Amino acid sequence: MIAFVIRRLLQAVLVMMAVGFVAFSLFAYVGDPVSIMLGQDFTEETRQRLVTDLGLDKPFFVQYFNFLVNAAQGQFGISYRLARPVTDLLMERLPATLELSFCAATLALAVGVPMGVYTGLNRDTWISRLLLTVSLVGVSLPTFLIGILLILVFSVVLGWLPSFGRGTTVALGWWTTGFLTPTGLRALILPSITLALFQMTLIMRLVRSEMLEVLRTDYIKFARARGLHNRAINFGHALKNTLVPVITITGLQLGGIIAFAIVTETVFQWPGMGFLFIQSVSSADVPVMAAYLLLIAFFFVLINLIVDLLYYAVDPRLRIDRGAAGGHGH
Amino acid sequence: MQAGTPLLEVKNLRVEFPTRRGTLVAVDDISFSIAPGEVLGVVGESGAGKSLTGAAIIGLLEPPGRVAGGEILLDGRRIDNLPYEKMRRVRGKEIGAIFQDPLTSLNPLYTIGRQLTETIVTHLDMTEAAARDRAIQLLQDVGIPAAERRIDHYPHQLSGGMRQRVVIALALCANPRLIVADEPTTALDVSIQAQIITLIKRLCREHGTAVMLVTHDMGVIAETADRVAVMYAGRIAEIGPVRDVIRRARHPYTEGLMGSIPKLGNVQARLAQIDGAMPRLTAIPQGCAFNPRCTKVFDRCRTARPDPIDVGDTKVACWLYDQAGKAAAE
Repeated sequence: MIAFVIRRLLQAVLVMMAVGFVAFSLFAYVGDPVSIMLGQDFTEETRQRLVTDLGLDKPFFVQYFNFLVNAAQGQFGISYRLARPVTDLLMERLPATLELSFCAATLALAVGVPMGVYTGLNRDTWISRLLLTVSLVGVSLPTFLIGILLILVFSVVLGWLPSFGRGTTVALGWWTTGFLTPTGLRALILPSITLALFQMTLIMRLVRSEMLEVLRTDYIKFARARGLHNRAINFGHALKNTLVPVITITGLQLGGIIAFAIVTETVFQWPGMGFLFIQSVSSADVPVMAAYLLLIAFFFVLINLIVDLLYYAVDPRLRIDRGAAGGHGH
Repeated sequence: MQAGTPLLEVKNLRVEFPTRRGTLVAVDDISFSIAPGEVLGVVGESGAGKSLTGAAIIGLLEPPGRVAGGEILLDGRRIDNLPYEKMRRVRGKEIGAIFQDPLTSLNPLYTIGRQLTETIVTHLDMTEAAARDRAIQLLQDVGIPAAERRIDHYPHQLSGGMRQRVVIALALCANPRLIVADEPTTALDVSIQAQIITLIKRLCREHGTAVMLVTHDMGVIAETADRVAVMYAGRIAEIGPVRDVIRRARHPYTEGLMGSIPKLGNVQARLAQIDGAMPRLTAIPQGCAFNPRCTKVFDRCRTARPDPIDVGDTKVACWLYDQAGKAAAE
């Protein structure tokens, strides 16, 4: 178990170094930071000084190494566009993105799993058919369109909910939260739904197909033959066996939610990291882009690690128990 | 053996599968009974309807299969038309079931102790602690060494034979009076098969449990059963005390089955085989379903279907034993 975690952590470090390499390559290949920073009027002397100050005259691998060392310490340099430390910029916006992602993920799971179980158990009712049809819409409509439609209906026509921003936030140390004010909570609703809808339908369809699969297995038939209550069979035996694939996909989707919050944040002018990233792309603000890339990669690695650990919690077959003799079947 | 009221009585049972191309009759008008404590073997080729008969008795026919006619009585009470919840209380409590594949009959995510106690608590008025004691007792009964330790193991930590013992313990949880065992040894090694058969025999003698033992293995029947029913194409060809059926097979199909069993000390002789194959449900021949393969076929077999005829202690569905019919043929 511990060996497994250590192995996973080493792999995570490798992944981060690889992503770091890509992020670093941005500096070399996306635009020329020196000319961006210098503007129109400069002398050769000032240009040279800036190149030396930025360390750009050093060999490639030295620069890469320095980048990694700084990144490991949370130093990503200064934003070209805003002339402020990138770390500060990201930290300011991290709470907004994480709160939005958290709400979206909770919503997707809290609605998607029960709907999946229901449609899996009651295959032929009209409610199931309706949910499946509607879920097709959820899967196929692009996120930005859903966001715009929601704004149109609930902000423009009905005027119930705000169409942009986070509302009033409360600062808890460096973390700003929208959970504590009515306007903050109201502002969360539309973006959360927008971001959750795709994941929700995906989770629903996944849980449904896994349930159908598991309900056909011998141990479910045997559980019925044992006369267990339906509730125990459906939720205790069937649902738990669908969890491993559901955790896998949901974990990956959670990373996706954080990463693809870009679109939702842009639609709703949500002051999160995704919005910052889009603005940085349009002005070739490489330090922000690179740091964002690394941060997202970090989230993915972290979530994957948690997913792997959850497998252990759910499936006893993965907990290799050498103490128990008696032979292993299949 | 037939003295007293039967524990289970199956009268003119008919199981159908509605399909797009018409209704298939998988079990066609069969009748038999099982006395308390009696072991009835049911043999036949794959598709003869023996497993479906077992599934119909425990009320777990897979849709779209359904009981289309006849009655199933347990202790004189009809159980084939019970609502789901009432039938659930019969399953596991009054009728236990053992399935073919012990490797897949147990839920991989729960310890065997948890699966035993949940079955016990469902049917008997017991506390968790008392149920656990009973579970340990049951595990000891089915011959699992170190039951106190094994009870906390997961199914994958046990060998196939051990798992089938656990399945048997699960079937015995609430002391049912009838066990429907569907091919309980087919998936096991030959050496383990004998142990499991001996175990089932011993437990049923000790608990006074009747068994409906579905198998395609005549050897298992010969060793275990008191009476045997030979099924062919959804009907009972011959039913009677095991000694009679094996030593003096009357139905030409039973004779063929007996001839196809290898005998020790008879190495040179070729095994007899029955030519042809059992008809598919979509193409059951007119008259006696066995007539195209029968060596003793005569005209009447091709036109009229024989019902079981009493011959000594056995009933045989064959025109050879209908005195009037035979006279007419000769």
